[in-house]
Amino acid sequence: MDIFLQQVLNGLLLGSIYALVALGYTMVYGILGLINFAHGDIVMVGAMVALSVVMALGASLPVMVVLVIATAASILVCVTLGLFIERAAYRPLRRAPRLAPLITGIGVSILIQYSAALVWGKQYLSMPEIVKPGKIEFGGAQITSTQAFIFVLACAIMAALLWFVKTSRMGRAMRATEQNPDVAGLMGVDTNRVIAFTFALGASIGAIAGVMVLLTYGQGHYFMGFMLGLKAFTAAVLGGIGNIPGAMLGGLLLGLIESLAAGYMGDITGGVFGSNYRDVYAFFVLVGVLMLRPSGLMGVGSGDRA
Amino acid sequence: MDRRQLLNTAAAVATAIALAACGDKAPPAPKTAEAPKAPEAQIVKIGVASPLTGAQAHIGIDIRNGVQLAIEDANKAGVSIGGKAVKFEMVAEDDEANPTKATTVAQKLADAKVAAVVGHFNSGASIPASKIYADAGIPQISPSSTNPDYTLKGYKTTFRVVAHDGRQGPTLGRFALDKLKAKTIAVIDDSTAYGQGLADNFEATVKAGGAKLVAREHTTDKDTDFKAILTKIKGRNPDLIMFGGIDPQAAPMKKQMAELGIKAQFIGGDGMQTPNFIKLAGDSSEGAMASIPGLPKDKMPGGTEFLAKYKAKFNAEVELYAPMGYDAVMVFIEAMKRADSADPAKFLPEVGKTDYKGVIGPIAFDDKGDLKNGPITIYVVKGGKWEALETVAPGATPAAEAKTEAPKDAEKK
Repeated sequence: MDIFLQQVLNGLLLGSIYALVALGYTMVYGILGLINFAHGDIVMVGAMVALSVVMALGASLPVMVVLVIATAASILVCVTLGLFIERAAYRPLRRAPRLAPLITGIGVSILIQYSAALVWGKQYLSMPEIVKPGKIEFGGAQITSTQAFIFVLACAIMAALLWFVKTSRMGRAMRATEQNPDVAGLMGVDTNRVIAFTFALGASIGAIAGVMVLLTYGQGHYFMGFMLGLKAFTAAVLGGIGNIPGAMLGGLLLGLIESLAAGYMGDITGGVFGSNYRDVYAFFVLVGVLMLRPSGLMGVGSGDRA
Repeated sequence: MDRRQLLNTAAAVATAIALAACGDKAPPAPKTAEAPKAPEAQIVKIGVASPLTGAQAHIGIDIRNGVQLAIEDANKAGVSIGGKAVKFEMVAEDDEANPTKATTVAQKLADAKVAAVVGHFNSGASIPASKIYADAGIPQISPSSTNPDYTLKGYKTTFRVVAHDGRQGPTLGRFALDKLKAKTIAVIDDSTAYGQGLADNFEATVKAGGAKLVAREHTTDKDTDFKAILTKIKGRNPDLIMFGGIDPQAAPMKKQMAELGIKAQFIGGDGMQTPNFIKLAGDSSEGAMASIPGLPKDKMPGGTEFLAKYKAKFNAEVELYAPMGYDAVMVFIEAMKRADSADPAKFLPEVGKTDYKGVIGPIAFDDKGDLKNGPITIYVVKGGKWEALETVAPGATPAAEAKTEAPKDAEKK
């Protein structure tokens, strides 16, 4: 039982990071109907910037101060990057056929990856161990205090985002733009500003997710955003792309599936499908969900969405 | 929207960019600079293929540096073949640790008419590339590929200067049984030719030796999250966890073992016996064990001198296989001298007859092209450093004593 609980916790921790990254995909898709393929790489940049800050500051300041500075720096860089991508790569293509911004997104993604490789090199970089996490134990399962903190923070960010989109003026403008940008424009919503804001919001949440990945695994690499981005994108589609609570659900679910499948499927199938198929299960579930609910778990059915 | 197609496009573009990037970095061949100075000198090109980019770049660059050092030394000493002064030139290629890329690179080297090739690093790259070198008649010495299959293809051109996993795996296995007294063991591999080969050999030995295999798990050489499989293993409570793979996975794995409160010991192969492993795993690296073919760097006959020379030239520590890369070049050059020809067809038979005292110790090949009597050393992380624990070598080194017979027995099985 304690092992099962541990697997569930592993899955939820992993899933909360997927969920945060998935938010970036889903918000942009909701508003522009565009898959921002560069989002995973924005997360990577967030992690790498934080890594550089931590390396530069080292143990000269209290740990919390270093982490706050690192997070602030990575948010700043990622928001700037997100706004720049939106302005330079996507805005000129807003009225172009759908395939054009998609391919641009892939181009931007590769551009960021290799720019990062130039800045940080192509090796795995390790983070100095500034955080010495305590252990939290319950029901025989074990997590570190860092992981608990990450999970709580991720949930808090998701709750805050939901509240923001539901109640704030900007949130209402975002929802209006999502429903129909032209009409929203006629009603006095500055849609360009709303779209730029959405990119900035997604990028800043991505930056925080990047710092979390860094804290969890303790290493960074210029290509780390690719697989993470792919998983998060899967999570967004699973939950219903364009739908914010859907991305959260999708992320947590994906983490759980991966963790439980890797932990138990090998035994259930008598070793035929072992942990080497871990990534396959996530996609199995995705295919299954999309067959039954083409617009994802929480997505609202609409014919024109891909 | 066709996501798959998009991803394919992305992959294709990525490859194209990667290729372009490598093009820039290709060997700084000093052809034009040298031509006027020594018009009579015969140019002999020696290829080196290893991952120069990606997660394993630090190890690949290490090999290339070793080769570069050897070529510089040979040119400094002055070698003449067939009565003519010879100038050696390095042609370095990046195989990205990718089997497909490795064959492309191999063809490129063959087309560039290199006389010999040092490479590749990964078994998964060396094996497919070996066919191309064999077809072109170019001798190949891998400094590091330990998968047994590499020399089992029946090519006359294939050699290596490390002990293969057929020995490394069993040696680790005997060590786990006899020295660590492990009764229950879990095995994880990274699904590569190297990692899986090593893990399979280890598994066979410990099973034959009476230990209980409680879990056999797989991950990939891209993953960094192993909590799910480690949690499963925790449930089986083994004495020892063995990992067949490379340091970018081994390090977070060790870290996550600590986070999950797994008390089992951790052991692996040469892919994780690097300074990088300790850097990446931090404090949790303490107590991890790993074997590596060859003697400890500083116990190699030419070790101290080589380490100093390497440090002076590149201002970096030797990661792993620079000494092997260095010796591989020297083996080629010695063979050329004996055959008095730099033509692969002429000096190839001499490579097989090598009897050379290299940096790593005496080098001689058996009829398959494997290193004869290659020693294996097991290390442990102590105080943030790899410390040699025990060297297992069939009669080659004094450090071997008690354990000399173990790997031989294991091999017979």
